[in-house]
Amino acid sequence: MLDTNTEDGYTTADGRKIGGVAMELRNITLRFGGVVAIKDISFDIRWGEIRAIIGPNGAGKSSMLNVISGFYHPQEGEVIYKGYRRPRMRPYQVARQGIARTFQNIALFEGMSVLDNIMTGRLHHMKANIFQQALWWGKAQREEQENREQVEKIIDFLEIQHIRKTPVARLPYGLKKRVELARALAAEPSILLLDEPMAGMNVEEKEDMCRFILDVNDEFNTTTVLIEHDMGVVMDLSDRVVVMDYGKKIGDGTPDEVRGNEEVIKAYLGVSHD
Amino acid sequence: MLYREAGDFKTSYVADSQTFPIRFDRYGYYFILGFAFLVMPLIINDYWANSIVVPFLIYAIAALGLNILIGYCGQLSLGTGGFMAVGAYASYKLMTAFPDFNIVFVIITAGLITAAVGVLFGLPSLRIKGFYLAVATLAAQFFLIWLFTRTAWFYNYSPTGMISAPTREVFGVPVTGPRASAVSMYMICLCFLVVTAWLARNLTRGTIGRQWMAIRDMDIAAEIIGVNPLMAKLTAFAASSFLVGISGALLFTVYLGAAEAGEAFGIDKSFLVLFMVIIGGLGSIFGAFAGAFFLIVGPVLLKLLLVNGLGWPTDLAAHLEIMIIGALILVFLILEPHGIAALWRTIKEKLRLWPFPY
Repeated sequence: MLDTNTEDGYTTADGRKIGGVAMELRNITLRFGGVVAIKDISFDIRWGEIRAIIGPNGAGKSSMLNVISGFYHPQEGEVIYKGYRRPRMRPYQVARQGIARTFQNIALFEGMSVLDNIMTGRLHHMKANIFQQALWWGKAQREEQENREQVEKIIDFLEIQHIRKTPVARLPYGLKKRVELARALAAEPSILLLDEPMAGMNVEEKEDMCRFILDVNDEFNTTTVLIEHDMGVVMDLSDRVVVMDYGKKIGDGTPDEVRGNEEVIKAYLGVSHD
Repeated sequence: MLYREAGDFKTSYVADSQTFPIRFDRYGYYFILGFAFLVMPLIINDYWANSIVVPFLIYAIAALGLNILIGYCGQLSLGTGGFMAVGAYASYKLMTAFPDFNIVFVIITAGLITAAVGVLFGLPSLRIKGFYLAVATLAAQFFLIWLFTRTAWFYNYSPTGMISAPTREVFGVPVTGPRASAVSMYMICLCFLVVTAWLARNLTRGTIGRQWMAIRDMDIAAEIIGVNPLMAKLTAFAASSFLVGISGALLFTVYLGAAEAGEAFGIDKSFLVLFMVIIGGLGSIFGAFAGAFFLIVGPVLLKLLLVNGLGWPTDLAAHLEIMIIGALILVFLILEPHGIAALWRTIKEKLRLWPFPY
């Protein structure tokens, strides 16, 4: 039995509490036809930690995230979530179990306002049936208001009050990324998956995003899995890092351990053969 | 200056998310509603009711329905005429089988039956998208019309193959059949339009509407954040077909009085409603009204202008009318591809700041 209890675990140097195992990936292998995207990878994610997945382009990082969020179904291996083996599920069922994510290329709903986009993230918290909604009566109206209050908290938290009613299509890239984070947070996820949250941002926007990720972890104690290319960011933010290369895991540990790992240095920096 | 939000402070989320957040809009809406319910019944006559007002009200309901499917949920459908026929034949069968059943409930039940048929024909949408879905719904259109013209049971074995609406009353006033007056026809259609528009607005503003729009804007992302595509698409088909069925039932029982499936609910009806939705504006309740107004009232007004105003011969006017409406559609789509609703939205945004845009 895994120690899935949030009370188990350890305390980090800066005083954050890391719990037991939230999710464990066991011997995951994912193939697309003859191409092996992920080769027999195992690692775990603990409650409350920021877990980074790094690796060169095409290493299989995004595929790994897609496996976690149920978009890809691995041919071999299993996903243990909250102590139980997760059966094959549709992505929306996985989302309902408390796994929210953002996307590498922004996947916001362009035709809707920022507020509506974030409200969409809360759809599991709204249970009114279609008839109640058609009549806008009882539960439908009450839920809309309650969830709006929650959404406004997130809007305040991520400092996007001024664009609340703006159609998403009109926003600049950096803000879109932030709205996407807001939408994922609105679901109040147990595990938050961030696929390159800082890709294409300037230094200032990156710093903002880092601050938000740390604040989210601090405030809501959200377990975060992130993929990022910016090494400085990864080493500063994360508690533990998985390093992938060509679909294989070549390193796993704290940022310092990973930095010293021979194979990681080879994959990332290359070594001279003299 | 009149049209502004300055000074109109919202102190609750309910007030902030109301349908008409700007005071001027709200009063305009109350005014139109009051005019439609109180003044129109006094001034309406047979000609206006039959040529403009009643068809406008009925097609506005159909456009609302199709707008839910295409504009909000992004599922292209060319089966509107067929679904209107389902509403019409369902209401006919109900009226003849249960003569004591109130016509209002007959029409609502016809809408529900159409919703069920819509869900059935919406099932392919789970696998196919875009133009391919349009072709699948086109098949629904032809199949349904074929069914209603070939199966005698649907038209009660009448030798002509026509269905005709018997007289039915609401509160003692006949609303269908030859004895129905212009006012009673107008009032029943207006009541249905107001209620269905309210239902459509409620559905599209809440969580189900956001799920539809999420599917429309990016279906894969929608599924990953937790939208069940099966539920979202099928509820859109159901809600859309419900409204389309009601409009078909009203078109047959109240407006036409007698109908034959192939003629009254052919593919041209599907396209008419589709054009209404596109010209009016996809994904907008107002757009459904604007599109129906443009395509129903426009030709009549043009005819009045050409024949009565300029004294041209009727046949020449009829040809010109088609050409002018066609040209206007093109001009509109070039100037504003997102329809009249988007044009209206731009005007409102400008008006908010007018006359001091800084």
